[in-house]
Amino acid sequence: MNKNKIYPVYLAMGALILYGALYLIPGVIGIGYSFTDWSSYSKKLNFVGLVNFEKIFSADNEYLFYIYNTLKFTFFTVTLKTVLGLAFAIILVKQIFARNFHRAVLFMPSVLSLLVTGLVFKSIFNPETGLLNSLLNSIGLDYMAQKWLVDPVTAFGSIIGVDVWRGAGYIMCIMIAGLQSIPDVYYEAANIDGTNSLQSFWYVTLPMLLPTLMVTTVLNMLYGLKVFDIVFVLTNGGPGRVTEVLYTSVFREFSQGKYALSTAMSSLMFVVMVVVGYFIIRMMSREDVSE
Amino acid sequence: MKKNRNIFTAILKNLFMASISLVILIPVVMIVINSFKDKRQSSSMGMELPKVWHFENYATVIEKAKLMQSFLNSIEYSVFAVIISVLLAALAAFVLSRNRTKLNRLLYYIIIMGIAMPINFVALMKVMQSLQIINTRIGIILLYAAIQIPFSVFLIYAFVGGLPVELDEASILDGCNPLQLFGLVILPLLKPVVITVFILNFLNTWNEFILPLYYMNDSQSWPITLSVYSFFGRYSSDWHLVCADIVLICIPVVAVYLLGQKYIISGMTAGAVKG
Repeated sequence: MNKNKIYPVYLAMGALILYGALYLIPGVIGIGYSFTDWSSYSKKLNFVGLVNFEKIFSADNEYLFYIYNTLKFTFFTVTLKTVLGLAFAIILVKQIFARNFHRAVLFMPSVLSLLVTGLVFKSIFNPETGLLNSLLNSIGLDYMAQKWLVDPVTAFGSIIGVDVWRGAGYIMCIMIAGLQSIPDVYYEAANIDGTNSLQSFWYVTLPMLLPTLMVTTVLNMLYGLKVFDIVFVLTNGGPGRVTEVLYTSVFREFSQGKYALSTAMSSLMFVVMVVVGYFIIRMMSREDVSE
Repeated sequence: MKKNRNIFTAILKNLFMASISLVILIPVVMIVINSFKDKRQSSSMGMELPKVWHFENYATVIEKAKLMQSFLNSIEYSVFAVIISVLLAALAAFVLSRNRTKLNRLLYYIIIMGIAMPINFVALMKVMQSLQIINTRIGIILLYAAIQIPFSVFLIYAFVGGLPVELDEASILDGCNPLQLFGLVILPLLKPVVITVFILNFLNTWNEFILPLYYMNDSQSWPITLSVYSFFGRYSSDWHLVCADIVLICIPVVAVYLLGQKYIISGMTAGAVKG
């Protein structure tokens, strides 16, 4: 039978057109706009070459610092979520009291709106009335009480903390699935060879879990590089610009009408993500490799 | 000796997990408790129970935040965007998975590239202006549908691959045209994955607030997330009302989570682990 007749490509057109028009095309033409002086102040658009990118990479401006912040956020959230997610998964993959309850609770923050999570933690971190400081005071750890989101020293760490609170459960669920796919015979064999639990973790679990770890790392990286919501709600880049990341900066330039600079930053991200995306596709479509 | 150690580690593990779950639950409980307090008692956002239970906070917040309007907006956006995205994604995944020509493979890769790709909000504004859908309800619905397409196609594509092709051949011999084959034979079989995609897309759309932040000026058409955000801005000293507002916006999400937990977790972890 003729496959092109049974499965005509026009059935895929709806998805392609919608996705192409509102997702792909803006990304591509955005690259074009990043070489102009587009802004809300003038109607005329001029080609200005690399001026916007020079601005971004110039040491006089703070954009490099925002990029550095984004990378810092990504690095710490990836590490913490992976370590904690794996630890939770290892405990909760075995039989333990109230296992399903723990799993459900830990996963729950991933379905809540980031906006809500942000607002809730804004209250918890409040230096005077917040739950965290009153808790620390009530158990006699007054010296640990901080002006969490207000103090430039602790603000960034607080944001990372909230994000780990929210995201570790999701990573845990992926890890549980990964752990369950490791056949028991490997552990039995290792056991016969006389390994202790640390050794069997190191020589069996970790190598077998490597593909899963790659996927969670990539997912966390994608999220971290694109982070906007949680920073926007918790500090909006403040105090000063200490916690500004790439996408809060894109939004700030956008709302100030500096469209060209905003789209130049987006385009940088677009190019990076397409490269990362290529590797993701390679990983996610592993089934195709064998064909 | 060894048995004692095992019991010890078991207790340690249980205590550890219990305290982690507590860390997750405390903020949630705090919000619920404080939503029933009066203004004075809620200003300290403590964990003690309300002296008097103020159920009327909820009525107040529904009225003050004009919650009905934004609640209906959110329902409208989520439902339409989810239906459009699921239907279009299922059609595309069906064709692209069944007929793997070079071109179709490329199209599939281009679509799922969107899982990684960021949106260029500035250029998107230009595109929406030229399509004349900026600041409109239909615009935001189409936008929400568009951003869900990559992951939806990815999930359904894998599922279609597991359905026997013989079904298609038999249906064609029985005289189905492609659209009938999809609607009458394939779509019913896709039910499990479609439910998963439906729930995930609903949650994403319901929780989203960046797109209206960029593209919706008219507060009449704000979704519930944005109205909570602006309510917080105006009443940031009335934590009892903010808490009630937060509880209301979370109820649909938590209900969907509790009912569809199995589908959500399988969908969100799919593709990550292939045995």
